[in-house]
Amino acid sequence: MSLTLEDPRVIEFDVRTDEMLVNMGPQHPSTHGVLRLLLRTDGEIIHEITPHIGYLHRCAEKIGENLATPQWVPYTDRMDYLAGMNMNLGMALAVEKLIGLEVPEKAMTIRVLVAELGRIASHLVGMGAYGLDLGTFSPFLYAFREREIILDLFEELCGARLTYSYFTIGGATHDLPDIIPIPPGLAALTKRNKNIKLTWLEAVEMFLNWLEPRIQEYHTLLTRNQIFIKRTAGLGILTKELAISHGCTGPVLRGSGVDFDLRRDGEPIYTRYYAGYDFDVISAPFEDAPREAVLGDNWCRFFVRMMEVVQAIKLVRQAMAKYPKSQGTYRVPYKMSAKLPVDEAYLETECPRGAMGFYIVGNDKAEPYRARAKSSCFCNLSVTAPLCEGFLLADIPAIVGSLDVVMGEIDR
Amino acid sequence: MTAEDLHKLLVSEFGESKITGSNFTAKDPWLEVAATAIVDVARFLKHDERTQFDHLNDLCGVDYFEPDAKKAAKFNHQPHVEVVYHLTSYSLRHRITLKVKVPRWKDEATKTIPEVPSVTSIWAIADWHERECYDLVGVNFTDHPNLKRILCPEDWEGHPLRKDYDMPLEYHGVRGR
Repeated sequence: MSLTLEDPRVIEFDVRTDEMLVNMGPQHPSTHGVLRLLLRTDGEIIHEITPHIGYLHRCAEKIGENLATPQWVPYTDRMDYLAGMNMNLGMALAVEKLIGLEVPEKAMTIRVLVAELGRIASHLVGMGAYGLDLGTFSPFLYAFREREIILDLFEELCGARLTYSYFTIGGATHDLPDIIPIPPGLAALTKRNKNIKLTWLEAVEMFLNWLEPRIQEYHTLLTRNQIFIKRTAGLGILTKELAISHGCTGPVLRGSGVDFDLRRDGEPIYTRYYAGYDFDVISAPFEDAPREAVLGDNWCRFFVRMMEVVQAIKLVRQAMAKYPKSQGTYRVPYKMSAKLPVDEAYLETECPRGAMGFYIVGNDKAEPYRARAKSSCFCNLSVTAPLCEGFLLADIPAIVGSLDVVMGEIDR
Repeated sequence: MTAEDLHKLLVSEFGESKITGSNFTAKDPWLEVAATAIVDVARFLKHDERTQFDHLNDLCGVDYFEPDAKKAAKFNHQPHVEVVYHLTSYSLRHRITLKVKVPRWKDEATKTIPEVPSVTSIWAIADWHERECYDLVGVNFTDHPNLKRILCPEDWEGHPLRKDYDMPLEYHGVRGR
């Protein structure tokens, strides 16, 4: 029915007061990028929510079919751009599984060390941005201050701050750097002379020593904050069955009480990286959770991430101790023109946001016949509708934010 | 449960006519299932206590075709489209890969895309994965509740991951190639 001014009754009929369609995004800052949510609301209650994705679609899979596998690594950086290191690792491991390439011990240690540092950086953004979603600005600043130092360290490592392409087929592109100037942020935070030089590992050690006591501060600032608890605990409850049926992985799955982490339970080619390490898989429920928290709610998902930072620090420390004793080199040569066998391999690795799967089909050419990237956020985002329906409009940022999605990875 | 055991179990349950092939030497051992039986096989694999495949890791399509006529003779696959299902069981910690092979077109002349029954009723995530597969590879999942494009715009033409796909010359005034 068209809107006319002649007949006031028509207007009255058109301006409905019961239900409204609201378009949230794709530019709304609390949607973590270009996510568009189409909401059918009754007052403040959401009746229906439809996520529309694809605004960042670059068809990375099609590009992958035209490139040799080492050339596709930079594209994986741009999928989950907050955890480029982990994405590189997942892709490299899938190709290594396909061609049956064994990586030397030293490369394995470097991979664990750097991938776990990447996980810390990614979870710090997850924490800071989640605070931002809920309207508190300061945790975001603290999180980015810490992340900045990791980025500085990665810059010394491979020259890039966001899109690293550091891991490649057969290992890493470089060995860990030896002597570096102290990252300016680290010098300022630890009140050191900014002209001193130290080894890269010493800088990492210095950073971890600085970061570790700060985690308690984040808990005070966010996790145990009454306002934060009110807005997260008991909201967006994702049951175990729903999480499994929707293929949720990573902190979202573990927040629902499934004790599953690919670093421990994955395929041998991946778990052997973590074989000698002592770390815990964090999964809900938590004994020290606030009274209001329910298994599988926003708070649990957030807390899993926070606790994983502690575990990642533990892993980095162990890898640092292991690095000088590790045998072999940082990379075994892999020719760009090497042909992939007529076979296929699917491998999932534990990225900060969940299980990132790469499916590589080889067909006697250097380029994969099919290069598929299964996104973890894609699956995690698919629970938006069951989680949000029936809740208040103001809870959407809290629920979608707790899934910690990165649109670059969803749209690929 | 190993792939061989699973194969035996499925053949005894559904017969050779439904479980049409297998490969145990591949990096990820796979079983080939007839398109008509995929929903029954999937339901069995999820609910039977010997298998308990409660997690659908991934569902994707692969197009096997060589568009270049000169190279087609050397191409080592029959032209077809595969839908690949990667499954994991959280409780029993085992994995399997299922494949459904269908012709590239249901009707070659009108370029009608092939049909595969949807497994959305078994794993909820299949909803989005199948939409993506429809969008990029061009497989019509029958009985899907909402089979629309998910990554490409709704008025996009063609399926980009098809090997004979041509980028449109222009899309709403934007030059394509």
